[in-house]
Amino acid sequence: MRRLTPYLLALPSWMWLAIFLVVPMVAMASVSLQTGNAIDGFAMTFSFSNYTDALGRYSTQLLRSLLYGGLATVAMLLIGYPVAYFIAFKAGARKSMYLFLLLLPFFVSFVLRTISWNFLLSDNGILFGTLKGWGLLPEDFHVLATTFAVVGGLTYNFLPFMILPIYVALERVDPRVVEAAQDLYATKVAAFRRVVLPLSLPGVFAGVLMTFVPATADPINAAILGGTSNTMIGNIIQTEYLTNLDYPTASALSFTLMAVLLVGIFIYARALGTENVLEAAAR
Amino acid sequence: MRGARAGDRLLHLYTWLVVIWLSSPIAVMILFGFNDKQSKSNTTWQGFTLRWYAELFDISDLTVALRNSLVIALVSTVITVVIGTMLGLALGRHRFRGQGATNFLVFAAISTPELVMGASLLSLFVSGNVPRDANTIIISHVLFSLSFVVVTVRARVVTLDPSLEEAARDLGATAWGTFRQVTLPAILPGVMAGGMLAFALSIDDYVVTSFVNGSTVTFPLWIVGAVKTGIPPQVNVMGTLIFCIGVLIAVGNAVAARRRS
Repeated sequence: MRRLTPYLLALPSWMWLAIFLVVPMVAMASVSLQTGNAIDGFAMTFSFSNYTDALGRYSTQLLRSLLYGGLATVAMLLIGYPVAYFIAFKAGARKSMYLFLLLLPFFVSFVLRTISWNFLLSDNGILFGTLKGWGLLPEDFHVLATTFAVVGGLTYNFLPFMILPIYVALERVDPRVVEAAQDLYATKVAAFRRVVLPLSLPGVFAGVLMTFVPATADPINAAILGGTSNTMIGNIIQTEYLTNLDYPTASALSFTLMAVLLVGIFIYARALGTENVLEAAAR
Repeated sequence: MRGARAGDRLLHLYTWLVVIWLSSPIAVMILFGFNDKQSKSNTTWQGFTLRWYAELFDISDLTVALRNSLVIALVSTVITVVIGTMLGLALGRHRFRGQGATNFLVFAAISTPELVMGASLLSLFVSGNVPRDANTIIISHVLFSLSFVVVTVRARVVTLDPSLEEAARDLGATAWGTFRQVTLPAILPGVMAGGMLAFALSIDDYVVTSFVNGSTVTFPLWIVGAVKTGIPPQVNVMGTLIFCIGVLIAVGNAVAARRRS
């Protein structure tokens, strides 16, 4: 009986993950090779052209998603690193207060937060409308429906996911190591560049992973902040699935997105010299 | 030395600017719950009113959506916590065949983009002619929260001293008695944290839900649907109330944890 215990404990979760994670992936792979339509039904024809067709039609949106996701990730890294550094090394007893403040936005629905951001940025809204009223901005000034709004929204929405892992990594850096570097006549900048920065790289790695993938695949920011000329691959997949009922095209696009992201992560892991992607991400 | 101190002060100010930036949409949400709007649009400030608090439940399908979200979050959290705690215990306490594969599955469930997860679940339900309703939403929410509960519970189990359980068994406790009186109280903080995370993920989810909902509407789905026609102030009020309850629970938790230690 004792020897069976772990298997019995794991069984319900195994079944859930197998039936609702693994089987659906197989189902999606199968649908991506079928032809037909929603009314007459779909049939398996091993139609690999679904992939070439889908990519031919939507490569712009796919590339745009990767670009926006990448830009937002870089912005998050640049904005978030100093914040993580401050909380880890300079906040002292107030650390948990700052962490709580960073998590505050998560008590508001993601969708509602993005809509409030839309309010804030709207042409005649509370911010720009007021500034225009004071004559500080030209009448035709607008941010909504631009690349800047979408990338800014992504940066805003996922920033805490970048800050927290970097903070955790920096928090583990022993201040005595930094002192030692300075005792050995390293300047402050050199001590940061040669000691602190390399030690924080696992956190940077985890942060990039936790933000790039969801930012690239996010359909909400582009839908609410982007207007018609900034649609991302997530919006296309949603429309193909839910409005056009073109399941094969949508499945092919979903798989392509996942493959591109996985290849991206792999190359990134290689470039960073991380032996094991899973290990670095799980930490 | 003066330079270093100025640098620290700059960094301090910068951190506050980022915090203010992150919180600004919350301020907007709370503010516009008090907006005495006259037309359909609720994007410009037109005066203060408490009307929307009094008329909070006047939009019936919004109320239904909120209730759906709460019920779905509760049910999926209970399922997730039960099966996730079991797997967390198995992974943290036991050595068994397939442990590596299980760890990989748990990681895969966390790292699959929500969009792909929603799309693949829809592929499954379409292929299997499964009607989409609250049940398919619950199934999906359990799926994406499960790994988070497993990870938080496992982290707690690993720090647990196994000799406590042995002592309980030596004193004649049954396996179930040991679990209920020794193991569960010890891992409870991890279970609670996992449960809160699962609840928060469920009630907030738009992407996965949008694929598997059928005609059932949840709070986030209703909001996105209403964007084109204008978000009514009641949404802001509900958002404000959920925000306040969440913050109160978190602060209460932190205070309780401080008192215990």
